[in-house]
Amino acid sequence: MAERMFIEGNEAIGWGAKIAGCQAFFGYPITPQNEITEWFAREFPRAGRVFVQSQSELGSINMVYGAAAAGARVMTSTSGPGWSLMQETMSHMANAELPCVVVDVQRGGPGGGPIRHAQQDYFQCTRGGGHGDYRNIVLAPASSQECCDLTQLAFYLADKYRNPVVILSDAIIGRLREIVEVREIDFGPVPNKDWAVKGKAGHKDGRRRIVEHSSDLFGRDPDYVTLLRRLSQKIRQMQESEVRYESYRMEDATLILVAFGYTARVAKEAVNLSRAQNIKAGLIRPITLWPFPYEAIREKAHQGAQFLVVEDSLGQMVEDVRFAVEGRGEVQLVSILDRHIPTDGGMILPDKVLAKILEMYAAQETKGYEPGR
Amino acid sequence: MSQEGKAVIREMVAGRPKLLVPQTAAFVYCPGCHQPLVARAVAEALEELGMGDRAIGVFGIGCSSFLVGMLDIDAVNGPHGRPPDMATAIKHIYPDNLVFTVQGDGDLLSIGADPLLGALTRAEKITLIMLNNAVYGTTGGQMAPTSLLGQRTTTTPEGRDPASAGFPTHAAELIATFKGVVYSARGACNNPYNYQLTRNYIKTAFEKQMKGLGLSFVEVLSACPSNWRMSPLDSLKWIEEKMIPEFPLGEFKNTDRIE
Repeated sequence: MAERMFIEGNEAIGWGAKIAGCQAFFGYPITPQNEITEWFAREFPRAGRVFVQSQSELGSINMVYGAAAAGARVMTSTSGPGWSLMQETMSHMANAELPCVVVDVQRGGPGGGPIRHAQQDYFQCTRGGGHGDYRNIVLAPASSQECCDLTQLAFYLADKYRNPVVILSDAIIGRLREIVEVREIDFGPVPNKDWAVKGKAGHKDGRRRIVEHSSDLFGRDPDYVTLLRRLSQKIRQMQESEVRYESYRMEDATLILVAFGYTARVAKEAVNLSRAQNIKAGLIRPITLWPFPYEAIREKAHQGAQFLVVEDSLGQMVEDVRFAVEGRGEVQLVSILDRHIPTDGGMILPDKVLAKILEMYAAQETKGYEPGR
Repeated sequence: MSQEGKAVIREMVAGRPKLLVPQTAAFVYCPGCHQPLVARAVAEALEELGMGDRAIGVFGIGCSSFLVGMLDIDAVNGPHGRPPDMATAIKHIYPDNLVFTVQGDGDLLSIGADPLLGALTRAEKITLIMLNNAVYGTTGGQMAPTSLLGQRTTTTPEGRDPASAGFPTHAAELIATFKGVVYSARGACNNPYNYQLTRNYIKTAFEKQMKGLGLSFVEVLSACPSNWRMSPLDSLKWIEEKMIPEFPLGEFKNTDRIE
């Protein structure tokens, strides 16, 4: 059953969560994600599901911890400063192996920043974000439709790996209104949650369940390194199985743009404009920012391609692209400094990206293109 | 009375509650610590109410977190100060279960003041239990919000001075002022009478929750001989002579309706 709706990305996340069977949402107001929290406040109680407005983002994420420990499909959403506040507990959840979905609708930073769009939380999201060794799968939607679909995927992956999953949106994707086909996606079965607390009477064996977040006295593992080894295996398995990206006009591309979220839509337009001028441009759009599609980029680098990263920050994802390229090709950046106006409302626009492409193309022509260099 | 009869009575009066996991307190807690007594009081209250199978305990960071292994019930251990948040969510997911927290004074009143205020404001139908030992126990006896004036701790080596470190927080009295609270009491475990009183406070707090009335709270004065640098026996006297005058025992709120 699918229903077509004209909704913004923030609302599409709500619909995605609802059809994914999310049972509880805990949230605290912060711009630009307020439409998500308000959506759940409106839709969840009337559907007999749990909505609580928390007293802070610390409250939200720790309520998520509790509900996840109780075995519920649960989520929260926030933006920059609230995202920072949540990191301690997300680290605890990675240790306790609790599944949950956390949405970060990015705004500008550092600090209070502007409350409008930016893409500056990449490092914090893709490197764990809190203390200690862990990683979260990070999904980056670039349309309202993807907000709906990737939210469903996020719940599936969280349960599959017993790990938090992050949806990294931004203020433009969140407030962009598009037609969305709200349809349930079947990802297959997930492991049952026999480990969750619900009172001993709720367990077939009648034995107690303990959810804990450290490897101390009553640890699940005989020792600390056993825990780390298991987390390490989980990280490796996610890296091997969960890389997702979109390739756009990549067949013969020699100049490859890499972008996610709203700037991926800008980059796509720039690719079209370049193609109209017979420049062989293409786009790799990471859908999972972690695990990152290193291999797809590395392969093209080995074939001699050049790369242009488009991101609305001072340059964060560009470091992952350079890591993948391993010095085999040029990696340039169109950044937040290239916005069309220097205010919080400024954007990276396709003409700016096209100008950079033309510049790189001209240099390529001068130097001579060497495939397989 | 026969030997057998005496054994039965001994078991009834002083036997280990079934919900208390054997041998856990011995290797976790310092000699003279009152946390095992609080664990026992919780276990007895749960057994008397027949709620052991439907109870979910929530614990944070500090010596109180070790209760996660001591009680034979479903339990969750999480970040420092956050048990009221976690308990809130669990209660919303399972409204028919008995959901309670056990925290130290630092966990609840200092780092955990934000979740405490949140739960009080929303009138969550959960039970909070707080041990007040006037110091940070696990980390080695630093000043807590509940430290007494003049009390020497590792971070108030000259004694707690109100000019720089303020005054002790009175949790039971403070919490009683919230409209969403139906029960707030303070007990102690320094003698058998106070222990029985405290056990009954905890039981009443659980009953209030099961009636779905509002938030219930019990504070328990708790000895920490290691960090007080005292013998267990002197610690009992210190509770009687120093702590109880500052933190009087009793019920500060006991109502069956919130409005």
